[in-house]
Amino acid sequence: MTLALIPLLPLVGAFIPCLFRNRNLNAASAGVIAGFSLVLLLLQTPAVFTGDMPLYSRDWIPALGLTFAFRVSGFGFLFALLVLGIGLLIVLYARYYIAREDPMGRFYTYLLFFMGSMLGIVLSENLLLLMVFWELTSISSFLLIGFWRHRADARQGAFMALVITGGGGFAMLAGFLLLGHITGSFELTAVLAAKEAVHAHPLYPVTLILILVGAFTKSAQFPFQFWLPHAMAAPTPVSAFLHSATMVKAGVFLLALMVPVLGGSALWFSIVTTTGLITLAFAAYMAMFKDDLKGLLAYSTVSHLGLITLLLGLGTPLAVFAAVFHIFNHAAFKAGLFMLAGIIDHETGTRDIQRLSGLKKAMPVTAVLTLIGCGAMAGVPLFNGFLSKEMFLAETLAPGLTGAWSWILPVGAVLAAVFAVAYSIRMLLGVFWGKPAEDLPGSPHEPPLGMTLSPAFLMAVCVLVGIFPAFFAGPLINAGAGAILGPDMPAYHLAVWHGFNMALVLSIIALAGGVVFYRQRHRLFDIHVWCSQYLDGKTLFESLVSRLMQAGDRAVRLLQNGSLQRYLFLLISATLLLGVLPFAGSRSPFLGPVAVTPLDPVTLVMGLILIIGAVATVRTHRNRILSIIMLSTVGLVVSLAFTRFSAPDLALTQISVEVVTIILLMMALHLLPTTTPEESSKARKRRDSILAVLAGGGAAALAMAILTRPYDTISDFFLAESVPGGGGTNVVNVILVDFRGFDTLGEITVLAIAGLIIYALLHKFERKAPETDDLGLAWTRDRFPLILAYITRPLLPLALLFSAYIFLRGHSDPGGGFIAGLITATVLTLQYIASGIVWTRPRLNFDNHIIMALGLILALGTGLTSWALNYPFLTSTYEYVTLPLIGKFEIASAMAFDLGVFLVVVGSVMLMLVKLGSINSADARTVSLSAHLDETRGNETMEKESH
Amino acid sequence: MEWLVSACFGVMIACGVYLVLRARTFPVILGLTLISYAINLFLFLTGRLHTNLPDIISENQTRYADPLPQALVLTAIVIGFAMIAFVVVLSLRALGELETDHVDGKQEKPPHD
Repeated sequence: MTLALIPLLPLVGAFIPCLFRNRNLNAASAGVIAGFSLVLLLLQTPAVFTGDMPLYSRDWIPALGLTFAFRVSGFGFLFALLVLGIGLLIVLYARYYIAREDPMGRFYTYLLFFMGSMLGIVLSENLLLLMVFWELTSISSFLLIGFWRHRADARQGAFMALVITGGGGFAMLAGFLLLGHITGSFELTAVLAAKEAVHAHPLYPVTLILILVGAFTKSAQFPFQFWLPHAMAAPTPVSAFLHSATMVKAGVFLLALMVPVLGGSALWFSIVTTTGLITLAFAAYMAMFKDDLKGLLAYSTVSHLGLITLLLGLGTPLAVFAAVFHIFNHAAFKAGLFMLAGIIDHETGTRDIQRLSGLKKAMPVTAVLTLIGCGAMAGVPLFNGFLSKEMFLAETLAPGLTGAWSWILPVGAVLAAVFAVAYSIRMLLGVFWGKPAEDLPGSPHEPPLGMTLSPAFLMAVCVLVGIFPAFFAGPLINAGAGAILGPDMPAYHLAVWHGFNMALVLSIIALAGGVVFYRQRHRLFDIHVWCSQYLDGKTLFESLVSRLMQAGDRAVRLLQNGSLQRYLFLLISATLLLGVLPFAGSRSPFLGPVAVTPLDPVTLVMGLILIIGAVATVRTHRNRILSIIMLSTVGLVVSLAFTRFSAPDLALTQISVEVVTIILLMMALHLLPTTTPEESSKARKRRDSILAVLAGGGAAALAMAILTRPYDTISDFFLAESVPGGGGTNVVNVILVDFRGFDTLGEITVLAIAGLIIYALLHKFERKAPETDDLGLAWTRDRFPLILAYITRPLLPLALLFSAYIFLRGHSDPGGGFIAGLITATVLTLQYIASGIVWTRPRLNFDNHIIMALGLILALGTGLTSWALNYPFLTSTYEYVTLPLIGKFEIASAMAFDLGVFLVVVGSVMLMLVKLGSINSADARTVSLSAHLDETRGNETMEKESH
Repeated sequence: MEWLVSACFGVMIACGVYLVLRARTFPVILGLTLISYAINLFLFLTGRLHTNLPDIISENQTRYADPLPQALVLTAIVIGFAMIAFVVVLSLRALGELETDHVDGKQEKPPHD
């Protein structure tokens, strides 16, 4: 369970920072939660370093192969450590970075949400579970990138990131499903062991490409690289976190994870290596020309991701080892550099290299830290970036490479390294050296200590690892790479000095070339400006999106002309056609072999009343009040039909719903016109009548065809198990609250949502009822008949008692939560009808939202309780209790669930009706007036009134 | 009996369909209500017609009506109500926004003098 808690703590605790107003508490709570996760992770250290892989597994949806399973492999451990370690530094840094007017609680909530999703990816044992977390990172990074939601560039950047990474995630899901199909399991342990089966399968290329699309989009690999620079619209702590250790690294994490199963083929090699090389060189080239510090770092990030991808594409043990090492190094120096860029921006008011200059006097500490970061980024010896970069250069010279690869790779790699040196120098010298800038928006000075602490820590790591790699990073990298490579793990010793070899020569060429490039930068800028007109991913993306939107608009306009009458006509005609077609093609007789039952006169009369009622509803529909009365006869006869055909529960439900529906329609009619004007042409009416008769005839024929055919039911199980399994004799109720309790939970949720939607639709909505009826007669002033009012008041406790009785007996006799809830809602509504909203509302002054919510919580809680006790969700139990006087009766846990149903029904129905009743503007004013008067007059008057 | 019940179902559907094809919101609501009553009845019918066989387990009863459609229809009735209520409120809101209760939001033609 500890394993599952590592990602779940930040995910579930994400809401906590939001609860505080105090900025220190916001940050502290986020820090404490992430800190707890980190402690839990560190507890796994001994096991991971000895090569074990702690596992935690619980079934989630076994039928789909989805398990709630986590593992801590060495590689996952390395990643989780980066996520949490850098995450904690970000928490500290952001406390000083996020401005006073920004909602800091929300920021930390998003950050924790993101952190938890990212931990989920790196610790998942199940591919589908990994996918869930993968999508969560897409969503949470969308929220983070768009944190400054008032800014258009932030919204666009967030949207682009979501579309690209979400689309890639979709492809990856398909790839995972194929992979699971091939290997027969979604458990990583099983999938990773199935290399031969996967490679031999005809679907291998498709699977590979789909998964690669997912990884490449996330890691901003060419040609999906363009979203990342635009994601820089995010607050800098977000960029520092997303683009160093987490979000974009998820893609390379996945690539590395898949090396043992998908890697090693020619296809893998060519796609991944080529993509990596193009990304590496192209992005490094672009980074040289960015004036925005964060833009420079963004392209540098893309380039380094390309480097890692390229290494994983090579797939040799040493290359994978180098990739893992570079993941670690890049995370450390890039997170630090982003934070430093943020500090510069924060203290000077700009991130533009063209404007910044000579800051080293005013910000010496920042300058030194940036020097270290840029050194690591450029690959200067004694900084950590040098080590992994040299290993990378050595790998591009590996003897295994043949043909064109043997020179393209080293040349491309050195070229990219030259660019990297050039942009690193530009960032450092451009900002800190030269003549001190004078026209900056802010006056440059060192930031508060809390802000410097995080980058300082990271830069210390860069230097320590750069000088003593074996001591500070050795065990971690060995565990990480070992988890991927297994027995192929090379016996490599991390060291600063490997003798004078070819890789060192390349490093020196890169450093020297970088300096030359930096000196010649003005000439390069001119060439670049000319090229860049053709190379803007954002413009391409936006024109593609807008073209898609236009095509969508055209398609919609073709199908959707805005006329409901037309849609319904087409819809019903199509349904009719689809219903008739199977009959037309079938040779079996229309009526089945089951004999019809004899008709009795009472039922015949009831049926005729129903038919008359339905037809009369149509005939009278212009006189609206009359048609409601006609409609109510139909509803009543339907409930009688349920009684007649052995469904007492349905009859009770139908009759109470009938009452509430009619009340609802009456209330609506109060505000709607009372008559329907004559509008349709004769032809239209004839057309509609024909369709109606055909639809009705078809429906009747369908019913007849079903009723005369034999049938099998699965209900024997419910009938047999109702008493021994559910402890109730009313099978319908036991099905609702026990066997199919999950369905019911869904249904009451829908009910609650409907209540809320109605509330929202009517919120702040006022409408004045017409003062006269259609004939111009004023309504009577005597709105609340005295007799009705005084009869309903004593009726209330009696009716509530009755509904309690209906509720309690529900498990064994007709009744239960739904019916009792409807009855209660009806009697409460009756008070409103009899005495008016002005009188009733202060007296029935409870919040229907709360009742509804309590009901849902109760129903859900019942389910969760059984889960907590290690039974499946919503398992019920029961016990017989004997009490004096009352005798033996039964207590079932399902009763608590049913109580939840009851509360939701009461809450939502009352919410709908009371809200609907209070939108009449005349009434609404009286309500607020009377509330005001009540307050001023005090309780005395209230008492007098009620006597 | 089956003929009668099927006929009732068919008539309710026919009346409902005619009403939902009208041009004003209120008849559409009436039609929807009728159709939802009819569909509930139809779902219930899939468990077939049984007389005097309520689903209350007792020792002197050996056969029972099919409880499953009943349980499904019970919640369907309640949700059907929620749906009707939603449509009612939607039509009110539309009337408030558009000042007409025409389903397509067409404005009233100015009266001829």
